[in-house]
Amino acid sequence: MSGILVIQEAGRNRISFEALAAGSALVELTGLSLETAAIGDPNSNVFVETSGTPPAVAHAIQHHLLETYTSDGYVHAFEQLIRKLDPSYIVFPHTYQTRDYAPRLATRFGQVLTSDVTAIEAGPAFVRQLFQGKMTGNYRHQGDGPCFISIQAGAFRANPPQEGKTTILPFEPQMTDDVIRTSPGAPFRGAAQTVDLGSAQLIVAVGRGIKDADNLPMVQELATALGAEIAASRPICDNGWLPMERQVGSSGQTVAPKLYLAVGISGAIQHLVGMKGSQCIVAINKDPEAPIFEVADYGIAGDLFEVVPALTEAIKAAGQ
Amino acid sequence: MKIIVAIKQVPERDAQVRIDAAGKWIDESGLQWALNESDAYALEEALQLKEKNGGEVVVVSAGPERVGTTIREALAKGADRAIHIDCDDLGSRDALGVARLLAAAMKPENPDLVLTGLQSEDLGLGQTGVIVAELLGLPHATLILQVEKTETGLKVKRELEEGWFQSIELPTPAVLTIQSGGNKLRYATLMGIKKAKTKEVRRVTASELGVDGAQVVVLERIALPQKQKSTQMLPGNAKEAAATLVEKLKFEARVL
Repeated sequence: MSGILVIQEAGRNRISFEALAAGSALVELTGLSLETAAIGDPNSNVFVETSGTPPAVAHAIQHHLLETYTSDGYVHAFEQLIRKLDPSYIVFPHTYQTRDYAPRLATRFGQVLTSDVTAIEAGPAFVRQLFQGKMTGNYRHQGDGPCFISIQAGAFRANPPQEGKTTILPFEPQMTDDVIRTSPGAPFRGAAQTVDLGSAQLIVAVGRGIKDADNLPMVQELATALGAEIAASRPICDNGWLPMERQVGSSGQTVAPKLYLAVGISGAIQHLVGMKGSQCIVAINKDPEAPIFEVADYGIAGDLFEVVPALTEAIKAAGQ
Repeated sequence: MKIIVAIKQVPERDAQVRIDAAGKWIDESGLQWALNESDAYALEEALQLKEKNGGEVVVVSAGPERVGTTIREALAKGADRAIHIDCDDLGSRDALGVARLLAAAMKPENPDLVLTGLQSEDLGLGQTGVIVAELLGLPHATLILQVEKTETGLKVKRELEEGWFQSIELPTPAVLTIQSGGNKLRYATLMGIKKAKTKEVRRVTASELGVDGAQVVVLERIALPQKQKSTQMLPGNAKEAAATLVEKLKFEARVL
């Protein structure tokens, strides 16, 4: 096909459609044609719902050994489809599943997955974040093999669906059960969720800048003064300073309150994906170049141990 | 159980990174360096597995001379010995190139288990462990929080998105990439630091490992990120900035 193959993930339509939008951006830059592929029944949601101009062809990969996700199974199946189609570009949504199997798939072709791409520029050059968001890097693929990229959630906007007809081609890979070496169990929830941050209107979130668990009451006071829920970035929960259910980010909850006040949070992408949809974002951080300021509406570059108590006082005063 | 842990030295978290004159990498002069955080959790998991099941923990790290201090830190925490892949050109190798170095150093060791952090804090590619698994022909699992030895291999707890988890059973030898937060990290003891000085650190070069510097993906330039929003930075001392913020939130953003 020598075109662009966009991999869709069943049950993850939104980010799959964003990957499709990134594929369309590549169509504009390269003039190549676009097809999609997903593992699943041709009648399943991932094929039925559409976004943007429908691709002329969608490949539905089916095999009973693919009913449960395993990296071995997916690598094996996609390897066969890619060898058959011979695309120039393969575009994935950057999900935990993609992170689990796509690097291995790329290695099988002697290639490297350029992961977590946030923009595609002329060349094509693939832009991704470095140093926890403090820098960006432009990557270029060289050589003849297929170019593998994965697209960060929220980086491309899914296009509204257009009229058109897609031919769904079934593809059954050759595979036997000895290909799959791991036995995955069914997904389960962690400790019962008693806090629903998703419905909170005001959130005060605390990060590594707080330095010590003993300093948390200061932030709790601010949250209480505001009538806000308290939340945290991953390291705070990793340390056991706040329960895991208060974690915001890719491994925690996704929130979109009216006000998200980030205290001592640098703004690594894993955190940003969980809160950047907030209506108003305030960041307090001592480092004026911290990536959190890139998504903030209001910023205070200063010592949180001075700013937070002052803010608590100001809110109390305003409330009286 | 012989466990190899691949660790990376990265700029310290709070380091002010600056772009170098060529615009292709950061200016490394004067930077402070540290052990990559999720690699620290991988090391911790390895040390706990050894304490429960016996065996040996070997750390492998690639990089220039300075990487030696991070290797000594791992040895001080309890790793038994180390392999230092001595190379000054880590930045011009892509993920496959670096994984080739690591896999070549690991292969003759015939490990039962290879652990590494799930991603580095500098490049954040999050795939070195997975590529190493493919190069060594071993099964793998990613984003692992807990590892338990079973009669036939391993049972691991994998993190999924948005608060979900799953258990996976897999045979050994295997490769796991470790998520942060599964264990509490230990500090090196004084005795550990003393002992580390006498532990073996074997140095090998890329050419001794038979690995060339071929690249399929090239980092062409780095830049400061573009702002997604126009942020209003509020001036003044803490009290003044706090007062301005409350005004803005009430009357401009209207969220209070």
